[in-house]
Amino acid sequence: MTGEIIVSTGSAPTGQPVESPLRMMWYKFRAHRLAVWSLWIILGLYFMAIFANFIAPFDPATRTGFPHSPPSWPTVIVDGAFHWPPVVYGVTQELDRETFTRVYTVDTTQRFPVRLFVSGDRQSWFGLFASDRHLIGVEKGGAFFLMGTDSLGRDVFSRVIHGSRISLSIGLVGVAISLVLGVILGGISGYFGGAVDLAVQRLIEIIQCFPAIPLWMALAAALPHDWSTVQVYFGITVILSLVGWTDLARVVRGRFLSLREEDFVVAARLAGASEARIIGKHLLPNFASHIIASVTLSIPAMILAETALSFLGIGLTPPALSWGVLLQAAQNISTLAIAPWLLLPGGMVIITVLAFNFLGDGLRDAADPFARERFS
Amino acid sequence: MLGFILRRLLWMVPTLFIISIISFIIIQLPPGDYLASYIARLESLGSDVDQATIDNLRIRYGLNDPIIVQYFKWLSDIVFHGNFGYSFEWRLPVSQLILERLPMTFLVATASLLFAWSVALPIGIFSAVKQYSFADYTFTVIGFLGLAIPNFMLALIFLYVSNRYFGLSVGGLFSPAYIDAAWSFDRVLDLLSHLWIPVVIIGTAGTAGLIRITRANVLDELGKPYVETARAKGLHPMLLILKYPVRIALNPFISSIGFILPGMISGEVIVSIVLNLPTTGPLLYSALLSQDTYLAGAFVLMLAVLTVAGVLLSDILLAWLDPRIRLS
Repeated sequence: MTGEIIVSTGSAPTGQPVESPLRMMWYKFRAHRLAVWSLWIILGLYFMAIFANFIAPFDPATRTGFPHSPPSWPTVIVDGAFHWPPVVYGVTQELDRETFTRVYTVDTTQRFPVRLFVSGDRQSWFGLFASDRHLIGVEKGGAFFLMGTDSLGRDVFSRVIHGSRISLSIGLVGVAISLVLGVILGGISGYFGGAVDLAVQRLIEIIQCFPAIPLWMALAAALPHDWSTVQVYFGITVILSLVGWTDLARVVRGRFLSLREEDFVVAARLAGASEARIIGKHLLPNFASHIIASVTLSIPAMILAETALSFLGIGLTPPALSWGVLLQAAQNISTLAIAPWLLLPGGMVIITVLAFNFLGDGLRDAADPFARERFS
Repeated sequence: MLGFILRRLLWMVPTLFIISIISFIIIQLPPGDYLASYIARLESLGSDVDQATIDNLRIRYGLNDPIIVQYFKWLSDIVFHGNFGYSFEWRLPVSQLILERLPMTFLVATASLLFAWSVALPIGIFSAVKQYSFADYTFTVIGFLGLAIPNFMLALIFLYVSNRYFGLSVGGLFSPAYIDAAWSFDRVLDLLSHLWIPVVIIGTAGTAGLIRITRANVLDELGKPYVETARAKGLHPMLLILKYPVRIALNPFISSIGFILPGMISGEVIVSIVLNLPTTGPLLYSALLSQDTYLAGAFVLMLAVLTVAGVLLSDILLAWLDPRIRLS
């Protein structure tokens, strides 16, 4: 014998379609209704962020002349009868001479019909072209403020929509950086084992028992003050990722360890496959589903962290616009007592974080298509 | 058991070492050294600072030494003399400022942890026993909400509601009359009447995770054959659950301190800034804003050490409860 080993190529039994792990994950995911809804909500939120210019009724910097106006919603009941299109009533403002706060009274004689595709503030689209069309709105002068206005009379709803660009993307960018760190360090740890593994595991343990917020605060406060918004944005994401990679590294390492001994990996190795091929062709597709689930679950933590830092004024600062920056306006009780609607941007944070959590839960359950039903 | 504790204590050495390095980096991070910002502040106040004084100060604080030497000087000062450096903002030794604030942070974080535990344990058991009941779903939803609402926002909502509907100003840990008073029974009562607000706010975030852990663990145990046997034998259902599945489910519950505690300390820092509590949060915040780097670094260092000590305590507790851990 020449010592040649004959290995069967192990083709799939004919007649039965072989599903890839990701496809099987998708089948199982579809059964989790809450997770599917969450997926739609999240897609909707990102759609909103991309088309913010069109969806927001105002430019986020426009001062409408109605400072601290409470939310004013359109109504379809006018003079006791159904009325279409819906209208918002005009408001008149007066200064209360005793408390020096503005008092808004609704003037039902002034009516502004709410229309689709109205023309409003002219805005540039990513520097490509400019348009003044907005999805929904009223003619100039109408008080169409779904979430009220801030102290300078800027529409909070429009600012929330524009703020979603930073708030929603910071999670993605941060997780992308964490993922690279986590896959590299977790992979090294799981693949080599031994002393390397021990060192990386200790490092992860130490980072995880560090209280994150004080650490983030200290690092964020050290960012140079003369940095531009873009630089601060990336600085913050890097800071958040420095802590965020540990969970992902753990998942990657765990999967590496359990898959390393699997029969199909041993078979591939015996068949003479290179390490790179084993990792790329056999290991990665098998834990991709777990990584997707873990990544989804670590996005909300990033969003919450950015919100907290910006709220404290040591993350992003105006003119940058994020939900945390918007909540900064609600920082003290005297403002909050006059304009409680300034807390509404927090509602968007809650919706987003909930949706990501449910989506991640659904993905995690679906990540192991062969696992028995487990409710936890 | 003693061997286990010793081993764990030894493991703490590298951990503390890395924590000290990170804290030192935080001190060094801001551009320029703290002396530069100190001098800038002196000059802005109108006092002239001549070059000789500056050089003297530089030598005294060892700012001309290589960074490694500075680090070991800083560390040995802390370890051997309890000297954390000097706060230029407060004109006080850092150790004094920290000693004033740290116990309160620890008090609030521990109380929050106890609150989260005492809420999560019964709810978790209940949710497992009555799986898929209306109450189970309700608690799950509340738990998720607690997870999703940022701590500081919950604090703001508390502020607003108590101000708007009850005319109260919440915030602080003491009534004005007791802020500087000596410790007495009345002062403790006053503290307790203020303490519950931050405790509930901070505890809520941790409760959600704990409920899920308890529920999952009890559920796992409930499906095991010994439970069925005990049930067939006619053991009272309540007694059965409390005596066996809950006891086993308690172990992961305690090991979860490890990741709940850092969250509690983090939550405490940010909530106390909003509620203006006399804890580390507001002081750390102002230290960071004014680049009072020694104070900020010392706070981060001590908060991390506190957390590590708490995690160590939970590990020892767990080993004491579960012989499998201390023997492996």
